[in-house]
Amino acid sequence: MPPAPPSPDPAAAPPPTVRVAGARLVYEHAVLFDDLSFDVAAGRITCLLGPSGVGKTSLLKLIAGLTPAGEEGRVSCDDGRPADGRVAYMAQNDLLLPWLDVLGNVTLGATLRGEARDGARARRLLAKVGLAGHERARPATLSGGMRQRVALARTLMEDRPIVLMDEPFGALDAITRARLQELAVTALKGRTVLLVTHDPLEAIRIGDRIAVMAGRPATVDQAPAPPGAPPRDLASPATAALYAELMARLMAAQDQGTAA
Amino acid sequence: MSANGDRERLGARAARALIVVAGLVAAWQAVVLAFAPPPYILPGPARVAATWWHRHALILENAGTTLTEIVLGLLLGTALGVASALVLARFGAARRWLLPLLVMSQAVPVFALAPLLVLWLGYGLASKVAMAVLIIYFPVTATFHDGLRRVDTGWLDLARTMGGSRRAILLRIRLPAALPALASGVKVAAAVAPIGAVVGEWVGSSAGLGYLMLHANGRMQIDLLFAALLTLAAIAVALYFAVDRLARAALPWQAETGPGD
Repeated sequence: MPPAPPSPDPAAAPPPTVRVAGARLVYEHAVLFDDLSFDVAAGRITCLLGPSGVGKTSLLKLIAGLTPAGEEGRVSCDDGRPADGRVAYMAQNDLLLPWLDVLGNVTLGATLRGEARDGARARRLLAKVGLAGHERARPATLSGGMRQRVALARTLMEDRPIVLMDEPFGALDAITRARLQELAVTALKGRTVLLVTHDPLEAIRIGDRIAVMAGRPATVDQAPAPPGAPPRDLASPATAALYAELMARLMAAQDQGTAA
Repeated sequence: MSANGDRERLGARAARALIVVAGLVAAWQAVVLAFAPPPYILPGPARVAATWWHRHALILENAGTTLTEIVLGLLLGTALGVASALVLARFGAARRWLLPLLVMSQAVPVFALAPLLVLWLGYGLASKVAMAVLIIYFPVTATFHDGLRRVDTGWLDLARTMGGSRRAILLRIRLPAALPALASGVKVAAAVAPIGAVVGEWVGSSAGLGYLMLHANGRMQIDLLFAALLTLAAIAVALYFAVDRLARAALPWQAETGPGD
C-alpha cells in the first residue's frame, strides 16, 4: 500500500461511529426521552424507525448540533473529534432557496462559508443524481422528485463523513421514492448515515441497521438487520417477515403510547 | 402560457381601472349637472380638464418639484429603513433598546413635526424630503424587520450545519428571504410618501403641487386646485405601480407562487 499523503481534508478520514449519551428532551412539560443512548454505526446506513411524535427528529437535530429548547445530551465520535462541522443535513422539505438556481443551491455551503464555489464538482454531482442540464433552473420549475435530487446533490456536495436525513423521501410518490432510495444508497456508501423514517419498508430497503425508537420516555432498540446488501428486493420472504416484525413492534409502541 | 395569461390579466386590469375612472368622472359630472354649484365651489370635470390644459406648464413645473421630493424621500427613507432593519435583526442589543423607541416614535404625529422641519431645514427641498422620509421610515423598517425574523427555520438549520456565520446567514438567507416583505413595505411607502411631501409644502414652500393647491385655494381658483390634486393622485398611482413592477422584475421567484386572486 503506498503511503497516503497527509490529508488536510478532515472529510477524507474514515467516518466515525457517532455516540449519543444522556439525551433528554422535555417538550411542554412532557419528558419525551431521558438518559437515552444510541450509537450510529460507522460507515453504515442506520434507519431510525418510530411512531410520529416520539422525538426522532429532535434526536437527529441533537446530533446535528441544532439543539432545540428543552433538549440536552452528549454527542461524541469514536475518533475523539467532535461531530460538529462534520455533519450534512437533509430534511423532508428540500429546503431549496427559491431565489437561487440549482447550481447556486448545490454550492450554498461554500457560499455561506465564504469559500470558492467548486462549480465543476457541483455539475458532476448534479449529473450523478440525474440532473445534468438543469443547472440554471429555478427550484420552482422542478418537480418534487427533482427538487429532492437537488437537495441530495447539495448534501453530497458538503462531503461530510456524517449524514443526517430526516424523512428525506417522505413527500415523494412511490416510484420517485424508490429511485431516490437507490440513488441515496449508492451515493452515500461509506458514510455514517442516520436516516429517520416512519416507513418500515424504507428502512428494510436501504438500512444496513434498523433501530426502533419507541415508548415514553423513549428508548432506542436495535432491530434485526435485514439480510443482503441494500437496496433490497422487497418481494423476498425474509424481508416480508422482517416487515411483519417491525410493524408489530411499531403498533405495540403506538398502543402503549395511547394507553399511557 | 404564463406570459400570455399575464398580458390578458394586465389588459383586463387596465380595462377595469379605466371603467372605474370613467364612472367616477361621470358621477362627478352628474353632481355638477344636478346641483349646479358655482365653479368656485365645485368645478365640473370638463372645466378642470380645460384648466389643466391651459395651465399645464405651471402644473407640470410644480409637479416636477413634488416628484423630486417624493422620489428623494422614497430612496432615502427606504435606504434608512433597510439599514435599520438589518441592524435590528443582527444585533440583539439594538433590538432590545431601539425597537421600543421606534414604536414609541410612531405615537408622535408626523404632521405636527412639519413646522419644526421647515424651521430647521428651511423652505426648500430638504424639509419636504425629510417629511417624506419620516413618514415612510417606519413602514419600511417594520415590514423588512418582520420579514427578516420570519424565515423558514429549516433554512436556518441547514445553514447552521453548513457552518454559516451569523453574518453570512443574515446576508445570504434572511435578507433575500425578506425581500418580498420589503417590497410590500416600499409599496406602502410609495403610496404615503406624496402625503409627506405635500404636507411639507403646505407648511412652507415656494414651489410644488401642495404650494400650488394652497395658492389656488386662496385665490378661489378651485379648478386649478382640482387640476393639481388630480396630477398628484396620478403621480401617487403611477409611483405605486412602478414600484410594484420593479419588485416583480427584481423578485422573479416571488411571481411563481402566484397572485392572491
